[in-house]
Amino acid sequence: MSHTTSLNVDYNYSIVRLFTLTTVFWGIIGMTVGVLIAAQLYWPALNFDTPWLTYSRLRPLHTSAVIFAFGTSALFATSYYVVQRTSQVRLFAEKLALFTFWGWQAVIVSAVITLPMGLTSTKEYAELEWPIDILILLVWVSYAIVFFGTLAKRKVSHIYVANWFFGGFILTVAALHVVNSMAIPISAFKSYSIYAGAVDAMIQWWYGHNAVGFLLTAGFLGMMYYFVPKQAGRPVYSYRLSIVHFWALIALYIWAGPHHLHYTALPDWTQSLGMVMSVVLFVPSWGGMINGIMTLSGAWHKLKTDPILRFLIVSLSFYGMSTFEGPMMAIKSVNALSHYTDWTVGHVHSGALGWVAMISIGAIYHLIPVLYKQGRMYSISLINTHFWLHTIGVVLYIVAMWISGITQGMMWRAVNTDGTLTYSFVQSLEASKPFYLMRFIGGVFVVVGMLLMAYNVYKTVRAKDESLQPVPVAA
Amino acid sequence: MSNFWSAWIIVFTLPVLIGCALLLKWNLSNHIGVAEDETTGHEADGISEINNPLPRWWTYMFILTLVWSVFYLAAYPGLGQWKGLFGWTSSNQGIKSLEESRLAVEQNRAAGKMVELDREMAHADEVYGPVFQQFAKRDVLDLAYDDEAIKIGQRLFLQNCALCHGSDARGQQGFPNLTDNDWLYGGTADKIKETLLYGRKAAMPAWIDALGEQGVKEMTAYVLSLSGRVVNDREADAGKAKFAMCAACHGADGKGSLAHNLPFGAPNLTDNIWLYGGSAKAVEEILTKGRNGEMPAFQKTLGEDKVHILTAYVYRLAHPDKATSQ
Repeated sequence: MSHTTSLNVDYNYSIVRLFTLTTVFWGIIGMTVGVLIAAQLYWPALNFDTPWLTYSRLRPLHTSAVIFAFGTSALFATSYYVVQRTSQVRLFAEKLALFTFWGWQAVIVSAVITLPMGLTSTKEYAELEWPIDILILLVWVSYAIVFFGTLAKRKVSHIYVANWFFGGFILTVAALHVVNSMAIPISAFKSYSIYAGAVDAMIQWWYGHNAVGFLLTAGFLGMMYYFVPKQAGRPVYSYRLSIVHFWALIALYIWAGPHHLHYTALPDWTQSLGMVMSVVLFVPSWGGMINGIMTLSGAWHKLKTDPILRFLIVSLSFYGMSTFEGPMMAIKSVNALSHYTDWTVGHVHSGALGWVAMISIGAIYHLIPVLYKQGRMYSISLINTHFWLHTIGVVLYIVAMWISGITQGMMWRAVNTDGTLTYSFVQSLEASKPFYLMRFIGGVFVVVGMLLMAYNVYKTVRAKDESLQPVPVAA
Repeated sequence: MSNFWSAWIIVFTLPVLIGCALLLKWNLSNHIGVAEDETTGHEADGISEINNPLPRWWTYMFILTLVWSVFYLAAYPGLGQWKGLFGWTSSNQGIKSLEESRLAVEQNRAAGKMVELDREMAHADEVYGPVFQQFAKRDVLDLAYDDEAIKIGQRLFLQNCALCHGSDARGQQGFPNLTDNDWLYGGTADKIKETLLYGRKAAMPAWIDALGEQGVKEMTAYVLSLSGRVVNDREADAGKAKFAMCAACHGADGKGSLAHNLPFGAPNLTDNIWLYGGSAKAVEEILTKGRNGEMPAFQKTLGEDKVHILTAYVYRLAHPDKATSQ
């Protein structure tokens, strides 16, 4: 499986271990909160008339926990691991790296406390109030220093493609966070954005879409470029493709935000431009998928025996699907149907659960044995069970949201011969109800899979050093 | 948009698209320094990279989308001030206030220029206007028992009224039940239509300054006694002594302004129907702080013809049976 080339470099794995274990922990928390609010949409009584248990307060907690606690911890873990190993050098500024860990955990714990209390800046995916925003910035600047510092003292001349993506993601997220979070504090827990009206909306979605583009796409492509070839034991398919799709992806993504604001007060030129860039973006996005999947040429048979590789490759399929769906939904006439419906929710989750979660899970199953000096995970068959639970869960989720979303879109635009709307809002809600149950069940599958993973990780971590031997691969 | 900002936008957007095209073109031929299908020579933690050419179908897709982007940006607004070859706009861009917007719409219409929204509204009026004009010619009481009109009325109700009055029209706290034939401003077809067209504004003043806390308690006891509730007689008597201040709107008998042909919308206090709740606490709160209920006017949003059908629907809600109407 993983061939660990011994280069006699003493890598700093302790920071990677910390971030890897918290990834699993926060993944379970974030996804469980997601399942709870999915249940609330079907059984509204589940908020128990308690303010901090209401959907409105838990939804930002779910998104923050999944994106920033689970996803970003996974990026910290893998980027620190990959940048050391591909640069053949120990981590730069290790104390600062440790600060990024504890600082980031402090950010997450603050979110867990303040969001249910109802403290929010009201900006989607950036709800945290200004003192926490400042802490995020401090952690992020430290992250950049550690990452680029390590890269600067690398022992190889070439910077590996995974690090291009990690670097691009770290720099851009810093800029996005600073610009979008600019606010005037009026107390320790309340601030107002310095932007107003359509400008505020545009800045918000410039941030919002690029959180998807740079954090959830570019960052995880960095992860993909290391763990897919490593797990498959194959060279990357095309170096030239990685050059073209990297530069095109980061150049185009930054313009895509306005497609969240079609048919609003945003000026026409901004909307059209956002749509054009989003549609062209489709091609470089697929460049990453092609490069990942084609890396498997000559090793397809490994999918039969290796569930970790299956996680990685299926994540790329979901990636390809959502990066086709996204540009399509950015087209104004498609958006007229899809906007404000569950279709958008389904799209986000095929990206978040299909792509982000699956590539991270695959990477963690690859990492844990290396970090804890084992030849393999405690149980390969549990990984396989996890794979199927997760895949079925994601498919249930996105299919439910497709049906529900398109039904809503069609019902909202249905017009009678007299020009009145055929359905009232509550009727479309009734039509969606069965699919909310289906989505909830899908979510339960995913969380159960994560619990299996936690058990498997626990058993591997606690096993005696080198007691788990790799399974001999049949030739 | 000034010329400067227009140029700013173009200078930042076009090079991105042109840059993508050049990047693609450059990588179509081999500049890596090793032969195609060979590895690049640099290895990262055991991972090597092959110098494979770009997949052909992917390259074509890239060219196709880039060419399309040029045509789209030529046809539609996108590049700063460039208005696009079709001259399409979704709305009056650059309008700063509602008055300015209305004025601009009028001017544009007069000049024969219409934006997307105007076009759609004009089209809707053209297609659906006649349907409503037909109904508008008929009497409300006639329409109230016409299945077709009631179907349309119900849809209008669900889209425009149900948010406050509920899908079943039975109201909620602060929003009257429309099915019980208990009216604040009158339940005749004319009065209902008047309410719909022009809206209503109720004003129950706050009495805490005039009555004091003890006075509010006493008045509450008296008001509750009007609908036959068991209260502290001593308090109710004290309240009754001061009821003259309420009588101006609710009438000396407390039966409300409608019973005395007055237009205030002051509810009947004797019928045990409560707009804001009938608990002692709820009544005390109203007496202390006052209430300002508001029914919005629908003349502008829906137009007279649609309001006509809606009137019939609301009338029907209170008179489900034709025999009991009038």
